Amino acid sequence: MHEMGVAQQMINIALSSIPKDIVNPKVEKLNLKIGRLAAVVEDSLRFCFDIIAKDSPLEGAELVVEHVAVKVRCKSCDKTWEVDDPIFSCSSCKDGAVEIISGRELEIISIELAE
Amino acid sequence: MEIKIQKKMLEANESDAEKNRKNFKDKNIFVLNVMSSPGSGKTETLCKTLKMVMPKIRTGVIVGDICTHNDADRLEASGAKVVQINTDKFGGDCHLSANMIDKAAKEFDLDNLDLLIVENIGNLVCPAEFDIGENARVVLLSVTEGEDKPLKYPLMFQVADAAILNKIDLLPYLDFNANEAVDNMRKVHPQMPVFQLSAKTEEGFEPWIEWLFGCVKK
Repeated sequence: MHEMGVAQQMINIALSSIPKDIVNPKVEKLNLKIGRLAAVVEDSLRFCFDIIAKDSPLEGAELVVEHVAVKVRCKSCDKTWEVDDPIFSCSSCKDGAVEIISGRELEIISIELAE
Repeated sequence: MEIKIQKKMLEANESDAEKNRKNFKDKNIFVLNVMSSPGSGKTETLCKTLKMVMPKIRTGVIVGDICTHNDADRLEASGAKVVQINTDKFGGDCHLSANMIDKAAKEFDLDNLDLLIVENIGNLVCPAEFDIGENARVVLLSVTEGEDKPLKYPLMFQVADAAILNKIDLLPYLDFNANEAVDNMRKVHPQMPVFQLSAKTEEGFEPWIEWLFGCVKK
């Protein structure tokens, strides 16, 4: 539901990363990392991006998304594993509190400019 | 030409949240972010909570809604200072963000506050993603919802520090299986404290209030 806001933040970061000395910059790609547990809907993010990017150096840029699996670590027995279902209890010691190592990413990794 | 960025998309909110956390820590205020779906009884639970903790704990409330001042009116009856945030008159945002909390906090006398409760917008998705500078998060589920809600909204229950199962006075009239709901919460978040209570009858409030006192004293 907040993808418009996220798209706006993403665009602000991308635009401020373009070197000032480039005349008429054109961004071709935005490389992103989105964790499986991040509360964004990718289709909505793309839709919002296309609307806000209009008439900017980002117009028409491709969003390349690397999806990040949810990985957790058991704080009791130190076991780490990948979570497929929304079940976070440790299969070894059953009740250990877990720490999320990855899967909440919502990051902009790089942009690729046209030569 | 590739330009490396490596930044979080929500870095602006996260940096505002850290500023809030520091400001509140300087004033020795514990901030509790209360989240749930609409209609699970956040406001009634907080009304009863305020009645039980005040004036021992000097408490302020920030309440977020898309529209209306109704929740603030109900909470103000406790004598607590309440600030209502409306995200928009029609439609509006799905969560509170850190900058909204900073703005609302300016309306409190922070030198005379021990606990600031933020009643977030009713939504089990978006508020889980947005740090507001809180010290702890509490998620409410009521017995009129499904037992499988924790599995459907895992992020919310995973990031919560405690959960409340509300409206237990209705259990005799419903097919809701409270043990199954608690099991599902613990599948998503093992060891999370779960308080089963009724905001209507005030049954089960003692452990919840004790937990809250423990948080504020730390």
